[in-house]
Amino acid sequence: MASDEAALTLAPARPAPWRDPKLRAIAYQIVFVAAVVGAVGFLVHNMLGNISRQNIATGFGFLRKEAAFGIGESLIPYSPADTYGRAFLVGLSNTLYVAALGIVLATILGTVMGLARLSGNWLVAKLAQIYVETFRNIPLLLQLFFWWGLLNTAAPAPRQAWQVLPDVFVSNRGIAYPVPVASPAYKWMALAVVVALALLVPLRRWAAARQAATGRQFPRGWAGLGIVLGLPLIVFVAFGAPFALSVPSLHGFNFSGGSAVSPEFAALLLGLVIYSGTFIAEIVRAGILAVSWGQSEAAMALGLKSGQRMRLVVLPQALRVIVPPLTSQYLSLTKNSSLAVAIGFPDLVSIANTTMNQTGQAIEGIAMIMAVYLFISLSISLAMNLYNRAVALVER
Amino acid sequence: MADIAQDIPVVRQAPPPRSTRALGWLRVHLFSSVFNSILTLLAVGLLAAAVPPLVRWALIDAIWSAPNGQACHAGGACWAFIGEKMRFILFGRYPADQEWRPIAVVAIFIAMIAAACVRPLWGRRLAVVWFAGLSAAFLLMAGGLPGLRPVETGLWSGLPLTLILAVIAMLFGFPLGVLLALGRRSRLPAVRGICVGYIELVRGVPLITVLFMASLMLPLFLPAGVTIDKVLRAQVAFILFAAAYLAEVVRGGLQAIPKGQIEAADALGLSYLQRTRLIVLPQALAMVIPPLVNTFIGMFKDTSLVLIVSLFDLLGATEFALTDSNWQGFAVEADVFIAAIYWSFCFFMSRYSQLLEREFNRGKQR
Amino acid sequence: MSDAKATPGPTQGAMIELQAVHKWYGDFHVLRDINLQVQKGEKVVVCGPSGSGKSTMIRCVNRLEEHQQGRIVVAGIELNADMKNIEAIRREVGMVFQQFNLFPHLTVLQNLTLAPIWVRKLPKKEAEETARYYLERVRIPDQADKYPGQLSGGQQQRVAIARSLCMKPEIMLFDEPTSALAPEMIKEVLDVMIGLAEDGMTMVCVTHEMGFARTVADMMVFMDRGEVIERAPPKDFFANPKNERTRTFLSQILTH
Repeated sequence: MASDEAALTLAPARPAPWRDPKLRAIAYQIVFVAAVVGAVGFLVHNMLGNISRQNIATGFGFLRKEAAFGIGESLIPYSPADTYGRAFLVGLSNTLYVAALGIVLATILGTVMGLARLSGNWLVAKLAQIYVETFRNIPLLLQLFFWWGLLNTAAPAPRQAWQVLPDVFVSNRGIAYPVPVASPAYKWMALAVVVALALLVPLRRWAAARQAATGRQFPRGWAGLGIVLGLPLIVFVAFGAPFALSVPSLHGFNFSGGSAVSPEFAALLLGLVIYSGTFIAEIVRAGILAVSWGQSEAAMALGLKSGQRMRLVVLPQALRVIVPPLTSQYLSLTKNSSLAVAIGFPDLVSIANTTMNQTGQAIEGIAMIMAVYLFISLSISLAMNLYNRAVALVER
Repeated sequence: MADIAQDIPVVRQAPPPRSTRALGWLRVHLFSSVFNSILTLLAVGLLAAAVPPLVRWALIDAIWSAPNGQACHAGGACWAFIGEKMRFILFGRYPADQEWRPIAVVAIFIAMIAAACVRPLWGRRLAVVWFAGLSAAFLLMAGGLPGLRPVETGLWSGLPLTLILAVIAMLFGFPLGVLLALGRRSRLPAVRGICVGYIELVRGVPLITVLFMASLMLPLFLPAGVTIDKVLRAQVAFILFAAAYLAEVVRGGLQAIPKGQIEAADALGLSYLQRTRLIVLPQALAMVIPPLVNTFIGMFKDTSLVLIVSLFDLLGATEFALTDSNWQGFAVEADVFIAAIYWSFCFFMSRYSQLLEREFNRGKQR
Repeated sequence: MSDAKATPGPTQGAMIELQAVHKWYGDFHVLRDINLQVQKGEKVVVCGPSGSGKSTMIRCVNRLEEHQQGRIVVAGIELNADMKNIEAIRREVGMVFQQFNLFPHLTVLQNLTLAPIWVRKLPKKEAEETARYYLERVRIPDQADKYPGQLSGGQQQRVAIARSLCMKPEIMLFDEPTSALAPEMIKEVLDVMIGLAEDGMTMVCVTHEMGFARTVADMMVFMDRGEVIERAPPKDFFANPKNERTRTFLSQILTH
């Protein structure tokens, strides 16, 4: 035994190299990486050969050349004399704009419909169910064509425009709607909202501290709502309540006054919101159903009121179930906005497509689209992961 | 217990009388509170505003036959357009005198999907049926046998093309997806890294860019002199796309396998391949059948995007039919018609997947 | 195999030999200097409070966990990173888990024949005959075509024992085999284990069933905080524990 003592403190003996799992793992990985690199290298080699054979231009130099094509709608100033690079920015801003708006509206629609499906009201629940099951089983692209067709070909000329709401007109030129006339007061009101939102944080903290110290509760919800609505209202009144609506009215063959969105934008937004709304509705419904009835019963048995029950017990748990799939819905809505290319809304893909047709530089164009979407995807997942962590912490 | 209960005389008491059935139902389901009553009235108002004009448009004012488009504009739906273009919408540019072939192909696909929904058939027999069905469908579409005129893929269109793209994407994407999922769960960092990179890349970009890539860049990737047909390019894009999504579905199943299963397999001396094939995959895949069906529904809807790379699937053929100068302005009718086709497929399959899910959950509770 | 056999354990006849075995989870020292010998046919019962490392120790024996220092020799085979040795040891060592770990997608018979067919490469018919023999031994011959989910916990654990036996192992490891069972099912599992012991199987059991330990064990091992605190034949172990920690543990476990 004593002679073994020295050997005992050593690590276990190493086996023959070909039977050592660690070495094998390294060997497998080398083979795998070599195969992937080889395959990619083969493709790239072919590509380079084809590029030089077909005299395809390469590099991103084209971004500084004149684009020479018009863009129907843009958030930033643009003319055909601008560069391809600027055209890309126009497309990017349009994509982000429609995606952001779509996410907000789809979340509202989806939440309302998801709650409606759980409603005790039979009629409301059935209508929500019909909405969900109809629109999620039809391809989005077809829905976009449908709305676009409805707005573009089936809708009347501006003279016979449908008035769907007071002063909101739908015609084949798009949807015209009233907007308040710009006033310096609005900027300050927007600021007031931001300030009010910022005030909510110390208010919540103070209310929580007071409740912890004295047990007295503070109506946080109502007070918060009061601040967020009240502060801008004070600013509004302080400016002398400047309120004038610019109402669209028929001038010649089109509307003037108010504001309007193109049929393309309206169809895209409508399609995205209605389609994604069905999935969000299902996510919300599943999330709330995932919180077991026992949790509600326990909360009731403790004497929590229905609002408290929802806020303190059900919602924190439901959100944890809801947020991850909701994130992937936001991602797919953003990616789906690329279908704009089919109905002629100048989003990123649509403009890149035009660029690729004009310059013949497909590789760069596709690489740019992919980079942008990957960046957006990763940002949204990151933001949602942070939020998710916050929710998870609140729960504990 | 039962005997004792019989021995003791029980005073039977009827429950208090309820209000009449219908009224009671209405009160409980529609007017349980003020808020609910308002909701009900709003919903009824909405229905009253929307349903009659719809019915008038779709049925009462609709025109069911007309010689041309001009004669068909009367305020109602022009279903005559559908009658006129039905063949083109469903089968597109496939030679008209060979129409029975795409019809047979659609029938084969529907039969195969139906067979796949019958659980007792699951297993080797189903695989044989599918293999035979797919071979027959391919032969019918492509022709080339005596008596079957060859038809080039450029003419494949309409519903058969939609079905082919979706089904083949799933069939070929699935094994690829399983491998990617296993790779993502691998202990080897290089394998894991590459698989994660592929999955996240493909899932991070819109399908349309994958399609663009296949249609514009795939030809560049091939050696000089090798060409690849347009339908095949789109098919490759769908397979690569489906693989990434299927990988995530399968990963969900792999993660749900309890660690004890793997330990037991190890303790019995099974190797990694045996363990994966005999213990892990059978359980993981069975768990993810419902989400697999959902992925298939997604792929089925997504095939409509091939129209952007100028293929004539169901939607592409329809949009092409709308360009006929004799029949202008019937986009809404045409879209409603094919929406009904897409909807029936998807609705049936999603109901089926819900049914499976319920059965699986019941199995778990036991 | 030949080169593995060329380095026999230091003590001839020992089926399991652990020498100065250490293991860490990160910084946490789970096994400290474990020395243990199990002779052929010997029955060792390992007990100790939860978290004492007793499960980790027996899981090191068939390499479900990797030890970082020291030497483990099982059935004359040195346990190191050599895959061939690991495979050989796993063929010789059967293991029964707390949570049964039957394969839910396979029938009882398929659970039993899986490893003999794929690892021992037996013909299916022979594997099935063996399987039916052991089902008989664990007294559930009529459940062969059911799925694990259709059996009670006690039946499942007996199937799990039979599944290990079908590999004709030299050694059986039991990792708290009765902890997940309802009280009325514990006996049926213990009876099977006692029968196995009577047949001369080499056994290492992690268990709190002290009645079982008294009847079956040749040696009791008490572990706490990753160390072997005390080892003794059951008679001495129960009548006259030497270490204070052993006494405390025994008083806690035996009073209720």
